[in-house]
Amino acid sequence: MAGLATQFGSGAMTNSIGDFKDSACLLSIGANTTEAHPVIGFEMKQAVKRGAKLIVINPRKVGLVRHADLWLRPKSGTNVPLIMAMCRVILENGWHDEAFMAARCENLEAFKESLEQYDLESVSRITGVPAEDIKAAACMYAKNTPAAISYAMGICEFSHGTDGVMAVGNLAMLTGNIGKPGAGVNPLRGQNNVQGACDMGALPTTYPGYQSVTDPVSQAKFALAWGKTSGLKPGITLSEMFDAACDGRIKAMYIIGENPMLSDPNLAHIEKALRSLDFLVVQDIFQTETTALAHVVLPGASFAEKDGTFTNTERRVQRVRKAIEPVSGSRPDWLVTCQIAQKMGAQGFDYKGPYDIMNEINRLSPSWGGITYERLDACGSLQWPCPTVEHPGTPILHTHVFTRGRGKFMPLDYFPPFEMPDDEFPFLLDTGRALFHYHTGTMTRRVGGLNRFMNEEKLQINPADAQNLDIRDGDMLSIASRRGKVTARAKITDVTPAGTVYMTFHFRETPSNLLTSPGRDVVTATPEYKACAVKVEKVKVEKLKSGGEG
Amino acid sequence: MAQTVKFTIDGKQVTSTEGTTVLEAALSAGIFIPNLCFHPDLEPYGGCRMCIVEIQGMRGMPTSCTIKVAEGMIVKTFGPEIDKTRRDALQLLLANHPTDCLACVKNQRCELQKVAAYMGVTERTMQRTARPQAVDESNPFFKLDRNYCILCARCTRTCNEITCVNAIDLVSRGDETRVSLFQDQQFMESICRSCGECVARCPVGALVSKNTVIPSSEVLTTCCYCAVGCSMYLGVRDGKIVSVRGNSEGKSNKGKLCVKGRFGIAEFVTHPDRLTSPLVKGENGQVQASWDDALQIVADRFKTYSPDEIAVVASARTTNEDVYAVQKLARAVLGTNNVDNCARL
Amino acid sequence: MNLSGLREQANNAWKAVNEPSRPQVLVGQATCGEASGAGEVNHSILETLKRLGIEADVHSVGCIGACYCEPLVDIVKPGAPRICYHSMTPALVSELLEDYLVKDNPRPDLALGVWGESRFGIPALFELPMFKPQMRIALRNAGVIDPENMMHYIARGGYTGLERALKMAPEAVIAEIEKSGLRGRGGAGFSTGLKWKLCRQAKGSPKYIICNADEGDPGAFMDRDLLESDPHAVLEGILTGAHAMGAAEGIIYIRAEYPLAIKRLVKAISQMRDIGLLGKNILGSGFDFDLRIVMGAGAFVCGEETAMMNSIMGRRGTPRPRPPFPAESGLWGKPTSINNVETWACVSAIMEKGADWFSSFGTEKSKGTKTFSLAGKINRTGLIEVPMGITLQEIIFGIGGGIPGGKSLKAVQTGGPSGGCIPASMLSLPVDYEALTKAGSYIGSGGMIVLDEDNCMVETARYFLSFTTSESCGKCVPCRLGTRQLLTILTDITQGKGKPQDIPAILGLGKSMRQGSLCGLGQGAPNPAMTTIAYFREEYDEHINSHVCRAGECRALISYTIIAERCKGCAICLRACPSAAITGEKGKPHVIDISKCSQCGNCLDVCPKKFNAVVKVPAAGPAAVPAAKG
Repeated sequence: MAGLATQFGSGAMTNSIGDFKDSACLLSIGANTTEAHPVIGFEMKQAVKRGAKLIVINPRKVGLVRHADLWLRPKSGTNVPLIMAMCRVILENGWHDEAFMAARCENLEAFKESLEQYDLESVSRITGVPAEDIKAAACMYAKNTPAAISYAMGICEFSHGTDGVMAVGNLAMLTGNIGKPGAGVNPLRGQNNVQGACDMGALPTTYPGYQSVTDPVSQAKFALAWGKTSGLKPGITLSEMFDAACDGRIKAMYIIGENPMLSDPNLAHIEKALRSLDFLVVQDIFQTETTALAHVVLPGASFAEKDGTFTNTERRVQRVRKAIEPVSGSRPDWLVTCQIAQKMGAQGFDYKGPYDIMNEINRLSPSWGGITYERLDACGSLQWPCPTVEHPGTPILHTHVFTRGRGKFMPLDYFPPFEMPDDEFPFLLDTGRALFHYHTGTMTRRVGGLNRFMNEEKLQINPADAQNLDIRDGDMLSIASRRGKVTARAKITDVTPAGTVYMTFHFRETPSNLLTSPGRDVVTATPEYKACAVKVEKVKVEKLKSGGEG
Repeated sequence: MAQTVKFTIDGKQVTSTEGTTVLEAALSAGIFIPNLCFHPDLEPYGGCRMCIVEIQGMRGMPTSCTIKVAEGMIVKTFGPEIDKTRRDALQLLLANHPTDCLACVKNQRCELQKVAAYMGVTERTMQRTARPQAVDESNPFFKLDRNYCILCARCTRTCNEITCVNAIDLVSRGDETRVSLFQDQQFMESICRSCGECVARCPVGALVSKNTVIPSSEVLTTCCYCAVGCSMYLGVRDGKIVSVRGNSEGKSNKGKLCVKGRFGIAEFVTHPDRLTSPLVKGENGQVQASWDDALQIVADRFKTYSPDEIAVVASARTTNEDVYAVQKLARAVLGTNNVDNCARL
Repeated sequence: MNLSGLREQANNAWKAVNEPSRPQVLVGQATCGEASGAGEVNHSILETLKRLGIEADVHSVGCIGACYCEPLVDIVKPGAPRICYHSMTPALVSELLEDYLVKDNPRPDLALGVWGESRFGIPALFELPMFKPQMRIALRNAGVIDPENMMHYIARGGYTGLERALKMAPEAVIAEIEKSGLRGRGGAGFSTGLKWKLCRQAKGSPKYIICNADEGDPGAFMDRDLLESDPHAVLEGILTGAHAMGAAEGIIYIRAEYPLAIKRLVKAISQMRDIGLLGKNILGSGFDFDLRIVMGAGAFVCGEETAMMNSIMGRRGTPRPRPPFPAESGLWGKPTSINNVETWACVSAIMEKGADWFSSFGTEKSKGTKTFSLAGKINRTGLIEVPMGITLQEIIFGIGGGIPGGKSLKAVQTGGPSGGCIPASMLSLPVDYEALTKAGSYIGSGGMIVLDEDNCMVETARYFLSFTTSESCGKCVPCRLGTRQLLTILTDITQGKGKPQDIPAILGLGKSMRQGSLCGLGQGAPNPAMTTIAYFREEYDEHINSHVCRAGECRALISYTIIAERCKGCAICLRACPSAAITGEKGKPHVIDISKCSQCGNCLDVCPKKFNAVVKVPAAGPAAVPAAKG
């Protein structure tokens, strides 16, 4: 989310889910909303039914394509040139919002200059999208206001994902689609409380409320509140933690509710990292591939067994309430953490409950100053920023000024993904989610009914590729990258474009992240899940015994 | 803002806003008009004919669910003619509906039953016209028993208007009309995404969850799956989660849920695989330990590392309070900024 | 191209038919003609002309309405008037052509009538009892012209009304239609001018107009005949309406079961397009309009306006509650006006001849004329058009020639399955919207089915209910389940299982259905039952109390018996019996075992008339036996 933070001053969804109904145009980029965010999918489809235009930009024929007025199918990893070309078309035709740009934005000249390289002809060649479609999309987006952009990991999970996000930001600013109902740039976050985890300072660079760790004033504030705090040097990111573990710089890790042994890219590397650790503590509700490597495993309580709050993708803070007692022997995560702290002799961890913790958050995180349990219980939810108990919350960001002041147009260059198909590994592997499972499946794989819908990984492959390789539906395939190999059955479908194959990461029997690339975003270190080079072969029948069937 | 409209229902002055239907205005004014096919989330349908009223200056008996309020409108919701017409429509439904309410999952929660009770119906007066109809039990979470269906079309309209999946629709004509999937497929063969929005809106025992336990209490909370943050009620009975329903007041989901939220929670929460004791790795692998011992080991070991040697991974699935506590542990106790979460995954 | 340039060409083409230089032969080839063999007759004409070496022109024309004596063939010989011949066969027509064209014998014995004054001892066609009371406005060209020859239509005054309308302001056209008193001919009888005005005034663009050609009433074929016989009369009306209402697109919704009408419409539309009557800037007036055909898939309910619009939009063909009315929110939420085929045909006539002329026909509130299809137990079945206000007596006994076989008239069913049965005692009733409605029936689209003493009124009601039960769209409860309930009760009565409380049950439920149903289908569905109870209560009582069907139509309430004295033992009935219920030795009287008899009536049908040994008796058959009394 660093892209939007750079441009706007905040990386969060600018508008609200309920806003889609007011949009005249929806632009969905790199998102499979009907699978990954089904309820937002309902909202978007309803908007289309009421007459909103829908443009889908996605190499995959995702569920929304059926409802779209326009579907652009760029080659994987070519979002930046595609969106920049749309920007150029808009400027050339005078469809931009001159007044908004003049009053609210900066750095236009440098941006315009960088558009030089994105003429329709070259971009069409790079992206594989016909020039007239790019033009039509630009026109549709610019001329139907307000227009809302939504995107998900299909933009971010590339080695130049931050550039992709900034391209989108440029497009929205150019057309004045910021700070008003039905418009905006809306990253759809993956997990229930990703937004909250970032808000709460589970980032190497910021304290709760995005207060920078490098800012001595913030440091002093937290040192005063907590009695002691960390240094001014930013910490290392998740991916860097594993690198550092491999070479011995990191010796101990405390992992809560994560299963990097299935979810993170380049699993062989992760395994090596975790095995290199001197001490690993993992806290989870089930045994996972990661808890198996832990020196201490601590049983956490599930969301149904504890109080607290989640922050959803639209910055909306809502209550989580205890419905049942924690299953025998498990404890809420906050309690476990606090008990460790207390055993280490620390002060300030004697909370009686999450209510006390929220009070502390209210005091120390200005944008959460008014988000109290009392208010949440009374009105259901509040969207931050909500600095005081009188503040109604903020459904739309950047309404009068950008959080950072002026919105910054970013000149961008195009870089292809880190790893591209070649003769040896001729296919591009794309990974993502499916409706019936969630993340590494620790929860959903334990729901019998959900397994009835999907109980094994299937490699999605385009009919043309399948024909070339003489693959039939259901054939057992081996999929190998430079880093590893898995087996899965074939599912022949035109959802996936020729030259690209697709898998989820829900199945431990078929750990697709054995294959994925070590490539990371140059700014955020977000892994390049959406592109790595693989080869696909049919598995001979006699080899099947060792296959990866679920 | 919508304009205010003043009008009269049964002699009572009612104020409502422009665009509201007579039925909605009456219900919110505390005047009950029987209804079955009406649902606040759906476009007016006018099929069940329960909500007929008389409106001065309008011919016949219009359905109050399809007429918008207008200034000065004079509405009459009861009277012998209205009652007889409604009662006959209701009797026709009852003549075509199973007779043993005790055997129905929806007993006491059935809207047909409620309307019949409201109208004081104590016996069936018409010839039975029910014929055996197909039951679809293919979906693991819910079933469609067409014998109970009253063809209010809430389900098919939901699938069209709310989820826009269009997996189900009405087919055929007359009293052979039925809820059907494309080419009379079963649910599991169809494009149905199993969200259960249709089940949530069925007024009778036709589309029902296979889990039939009725909760003794409900707790309002937020879904644990994706980042939409659907507001939901977990139904609890005997210390277990037995039901899930969307909270229509929820700002992000307005009552809607997907297959995982609606049907994918209860089973994992109390799954026998849940970790119930801390484990500590010894020579023979991980063995159970007491909380006190396990926490002590962790605390003791953590103390031995310098801030640069330790890293903390918080969870994007736990609560804000959980995350706050853990980053505080990292910074204030372990002294490190090496704390991250899986935001980028 | 413009129309005045075409008129001379058209007049010449039409003159070549009526004042020909060589013989002209015109064959009535609407679907009714085709069904009675007009195709073979046409073929025979061509063969005969070839054989005789006669140079002549053969035309296909539509239906003049005398369906009872088709195939009809008209011959115009140079110097002679057009003569209409009836009941042609390939052999007869061949004989006729040779006699008339070669031997100059006009064969009065084969002729129906002469167009114009009586000649050769052949009566004047339009002085015949069938035609004299008629006033043909919508059907002005039906059976007269070749429907596929646009020149014929133009020569007969076609498109002059449109030319006039295009020179008028749209509001003035609407005022003209309003002044004519024209009311919707589809059944409801709403003022056409008012309907147009509402659409004209409605906000929204584009506007649509629809021609309702989804004729679905059993026994009704007015629209089909009109479209097959004179499509341009309808299309001209649509164009006029488009101009008046400011519509950009027109849709003709026609049932797919009318292939010939569709073919002729398609041809007529392409002719219009060829001469600039469709598309941009029609006749230089600056008015743009186009027209397309949508075929219905055979659902009766799609004749209802809102159901039809759903069907056109590709949705399930079910009605929706009104308001909003189509004039405010119709196709794709835009203002839409729907008018019936006959209404459109009247519009073109009104614009040609004026509102005053049109309103000079008819009654005070029902102006102009109405087409009816005469069917059932009547001598002259066919399609007629009469001034409003004519009595049923005049129609049935004058135009229709009374009841065949010396039987007596029992009732007239009008208005299709939503209509009712009017008893013989009410024959003096004038036919207009108000009078028929008052009698419990309604004009409907114009189906008129004549019932005689052999028709059971309970069975008639049951038949119509079986139709509405299967054609109900299933959306609203009173119709979906009410029709089934009524059908169940009526079926029981016809099977001798009726109960005295059935009558109040039908009347009570019927009233609720009328008031509670969503659309006209359900509201009208109880009418056949309610009117037969009102006028023929005694038949219901006989069925219920005595298990007797006086008409002998209800199978369960009759049995067949063989009168031994008359039976010659020929065994014809024995062989014809599908249930092996008849036994008997050759030459000796046969016997029917009623426990095996299925009351099919084959034995009665096959028993030679000279013996007349099998008789139908109103005694309860086995099906009626278990019925409990009371």
